[in-house]
Amino acid sequence: MSAVTQPMNPAKLVARQQLALQDADWVRWSLIAIAVSFIGLFICLPLGLVIVKALSKGVEAYWAALSEPDTLAAIRLTLLTALITVPLNTVFGVAAAWAITRFEFKGKSLLTTLIDLPFSVSPVISGLIFVLLFGAEGWFGDWLIAHDVKIIFAASGIILATVFITFPFVARQLIPLMQEMGSQEEEAALSLGASGWKTFCAVTLPNIKWALLYGVLLCNARAMGEFGAVSVVSGHIRGLTNTLPLHVEVNYNEYNIVGAFAGASILAGLAVVTLVLKTVLEWQQAKR
Amino acid sequence: MSRSSIMPGFRPTIGFTLIYLSLIVLIPLSTLVFQSFQLNWDDYVHIITNKRVLSSFRVSFSTALVAALIAGFFGFIVAWVLVRYSFFGKQFFHALIDFPFALPTAVAGIVLATIFQPSGFLGKLLIDTFGVQVAFKPLGIVMALIFISIPFVVRTVEPVLLEFETSMEEAASSLGATRWQVFSKVIFPNVLPALLTGFALAFARGVGEYGSVIFIAGNIPYVSEIVPLLIVTKLEQFDIEGATAIALTMLVISFVLLLLINLLQFWVRKRSGQL
Amino acid sequence: MLTHIFNARFIRHALYPLGLLALLLAFNVSAKEYTLLNVSYDVSRELYRDVNAAFADYWLKETGDKVTIQQSHDGSTKQAAAVIAGLEADVVTMNQQTDVDKLASKGLVSKDWRTRFPDNSAPYTSTTVFLVRKGNPKNIKDWDDLVKSDNVVILSNPKTSGNARYSYLAAWGYALRKLGSEEKAQEFVTQLFKHVPVLSTGGRAATNAFIQNNTGDVLLTFENEAFLIANDLGADKFDVVIPSTSIEADHPVAIIDPIVSKKGNEKVAEAYLNFLWTDAGQEIIAKHHYRPRNPEILARHADEFAKLELFSINDIIPEGWAAAQRIHFADGGLFDQIYKKE
Repeated sequence: MSAVTQPMNPAKLVARQQLALQDADWVRWSLIAIAVSFIGLFICLPLGLVIVKALSKGVEAYWAALSEPDTLAAIRLTLLTALITVPLNTVFGVAAAWAITRFEFKGKSLLTTLIDLPFSVSPVISGLIFVLLFGAEGWFGDWLIAHDVKIIFAASGIILATVFITFPFVARQLIPLMQEMGSQEEEAALSLGASGWKTFCAVTLPNIKWALLYGVLLCNARAMGEFGAVSVVSGHIRGLTNTLPLHVEVNYNEYNIVGAFAGASILAGLAVVTLVLKTVLEWQQAKR
Repeated sequence: MSRSSIMPGFRPTIGFTLIYLSLIVLIPLSTLVFQSFQLNWDDYVHIITNKRVLSSFRVSFSTALVAALIAGFFGFIVAWVLVRYSFFGKQFFHALIDFPFALPTAVAGIVLATIFQPSGFLGKLLIDTFGVQVAFKPLGIVMALIFISIPFVVRTVEPVLLEFETSMEEAASSLGATRWQVFSKVIFPNVLPALLTGFALAFARGVGEYGSVIFIAGNIPYVSEIVPLLIVTKLEQFDIEGATAIALTMLVISFVLLLLINLLQFWVRKRSGQL
Repeated sequence: MLTHIFNARFIRHALYPLGLLALLLAFNVSAKEYTLLNVSYDVSRELYRDVNAAFADYWLKETGDKVTIQQSHDGSTKQAAAVIAGLEADVVTMNQQTDVDKLASKGLVSKDWRTRFPDNSAPYTSTTVFLVRKGNPKNIKDWDDLVKSDNVVILSNPKTSGNARYSYLAAWGYALRKLGSEEKAQEFVTQLFKHVPVLSTGGRAATNAFIQNNTGDVLLTFENEAFLIANDLGADKFDVVIPSTSIEADHPVAIIDPIVSKKGNEKVAEAYLNFLWTDAGQEIIAKHHYRPRNPEILARHADEFAKLELFSINDIIPEGWAAAQRIHFADGGLFDQIYKKE
C-alpha cells in the first residue's frame, strides 16, 4: 500500500503499473472522507445518541436498568432465539449456496429469488402469517388447542418468526461470492481424488470463511434485533415472552428512557462482539 | 455441463434447501394467498385501486428506490474503503456497520426522529442552512431506509472485494490500462453482481419496513403514508382479508422486482464470462 | 429425516420455557398458586403494577393462596386481536368497549359482559384533556384555541389508537354540541387535523414526540396520562389544561371465560376484577389520576379532578361505539375524508 507514496521510480512503465494498481492519493483520501462522513452521519450519530441516553442518569442507573429481572429474562429469551436461529439458517445457507453456485438447473433464478423473499415481506406481515397458521383461528388452530400445544405467544413462535426473518442472510452472503470464485479449485481437488466433504472443508470453507462469518454475524444481529414480526407473535407478557427489543420498547413507552437505551446499547454492543470476533479470527489466521 | 457430474452433493443440498424453504417460507406465506382468496376479484381490485392505497404504494416504492440507490452508492464506497485502504479507526468503523441491524427498528425510528426533527441536531441544521425539513416528510422515510439498508450493501460487496484476485488487476495494468480502466473494466464488472444483490435487498427491505419509518414519517395520508402502515390500519379494524390483499400485492411486486434484478445479475455474469 | 431433526431440536429448545409455564399451571391447583394473565392497553402499566401488588396481598390474606399476575400491554385493539388469536388472557382490561365486544362476538367473553360487573363493567373513567408547555405560552384554554393561528397539535392516529379515537370524538362532540350540525363538526375536526403534523400509531408514541422530541404546542391525551407526565416527568416543563367540555372515556374489563375455566382460575379472576371496585382498588385508581366510580373516593380527590362537562359517546352518536367505528373510523369514513386528495 505504501508503494503509491514513492512514484519517483524513473521507469515509466513501472510507475504506470503502480498507478493502475493503486488509487491516486486524492482519490483515496476523498473516498475515505466520504465513507467516514457517511458512516459518521448514519451510524455514529445514532449510536452516540443511544449511548448518551443510556448513560444520561449515570453508570449506576445504567447497571440497575440492566440487572432488573425482566431485562435479564428478555436477554435470556433473545439469546435462546439467536442460539437456535443462527445455526439453522447457517446450515441452510451453506447448502443452498452450494446447490445454486455449483450446479446448473432450471429455475435457479427463481429459487434465488424465493430465498430472498423474506426480506421483501414487511415485518408486520411476517408476524401475521404465523398467526394465520398457528393462531386460535388459524389453519392448525383447532389441532393445536386440542393437543394443548402453544406456538404463538410463546418462545416457539418468536423463534419461528425470527428464523423466517433471518432466513436469507447466510445464503445471500455466500451466493455472490461462490459465484465469483468459480469452482475450478474444487474441481481440481476432486479430480485429485479428494472426497466431496473433504473438498468442501479443505478448499471451499477457507475461501468462503469471511462471507460465511459476515452472514452469521448479520443473521445474528438481525435475529437479536428483530422487532416488528416478533412483536406480533410475542403476546408481550412481561418477563416471559418479551425479547430484548420488545423490552426496549416497553421501557421507552413507560418513559424509562435509561432502561430503554440501556437495552438498546446491549444490542449495539453486538458490534463490539463482531469486532473482537473478527480480530481474533484474523489474528489466528496470521499465526498460521 | 461436465462439472455437474464431478461436483458431489447436489441431491442432499438441493433437497434440504427446498424442504427448508417450503417449511419456513413458502407454506407460511401461502396463508396470505389463501386468505386473499376469500375476497372475490372485484373486491380485491376495489381495495387495491383505492386512491389512498395507490398513493401509499407510490410513497413506499419511490422512497425505497431512492434510499436503495443512495445506500448502494455510498455503501459501495464504504466497502471499497474498508477493504482497500488502511486508515486510523478503520476497524472501529468496520465493526459499526452491523449496528442498524442490531438496533431494534422502533429504537432506530426514535433515534432518527430525535436527530432529524426540526429542533433536533441535524434537523435544525438542515432547516437553517438549506430550508429542508426531513422529519415528518417523505425525506424522513428515505433517511430511515438508508439507515436500515447500509449493512445489506456493505456486507454483500465486502466479501467479493476481499476475495477479488489482484492478479486480474495486475494483468490489466501490465497491458497498459489506466487506473480508471482497471476499475471500470475489471473490478467493477466483477463486483457488480454483488452490488446489485445488495441494492435489491436494500430495496426489498425498504419497501416492507415499518418500525423505524413510522416514527420519522408524518404518516399523513397521500403524502407520507407507507403501505405497511395501511396494512396495520386494516388489521386494527380486524379486516384481515383487506390487509392480506394489500400485503400480497406488495409481495408480488417486490418478488417480480427481485426476480428481474436476479435475472439481470445472471445476465451480467454471463456477459462478463463468469458462467 | 431432516424435518425430524428440526422438530426434535425445536421442541427441546423452543418449548422449554413453555413447558415450565405449563408445569406451573398444572400444579397450581394443588399448591394453591395462581397465575393470572391480564392483557391490557398501552398506558395502563403503572396502574396495574400497583393494583397487582395490592391484590396479591389481599388474596393472600383472604385465602392464603398465592397469586402472580402477569401483564401484557400494547394497543387496545391489537391486544384484542392477540386474545382472539390465542393469547391466553384470563382477564382483559381495555380502553374501549368495541374491543371487548369483538371478543364477545368470538365467544371468548359472555355476551352480557356489561352486566357482570357494576358500572357497565368499567371500574374507572378518564377523559381527553390538553397538555401544554409550561406557562401555556400559546394560551390554549379550550377546543377553539387548538385551531387558532399556527398551533401545532399532537395526537395519534384515531384509526390505530384508542386514545386518539377519544380525542377525535371529544373534538367532534364539542363542535357538534356547540355548532349544532354534523357538517360544522366535520369542518371543525378537519381544521383541527390541519394542525396535526404527524399521525403517530400509538398513544405513547404521540406522548413521546411531545415530551421527548419537543414537537408541538399541545398534546391531546387521557387525563391520567396528562397528569402522569405533568406530575412525574416534568413538573417544570408541562401544564395540564382542562377544556370546558370533553368526552367520558370508560375503560371496560372482562373475564375470558374459556381460558379461566381451562386454567381453573374462575374464582381468582372474578375476585381480581372485583378488587378494582373495592375501596382499596378505587384509591389506587384515583392515585393514578383515573376517575374512580366510588363517589366518596372521587370526592376525596375532588381537587385533583377538575370539573368539566362530560358527555358520553351515546350523547353524540346515539347508537354508540359500533356506529362510531363504522361512520368515523372505518376505511372511507368521516375521518378518512379529512384527508381528501386535492
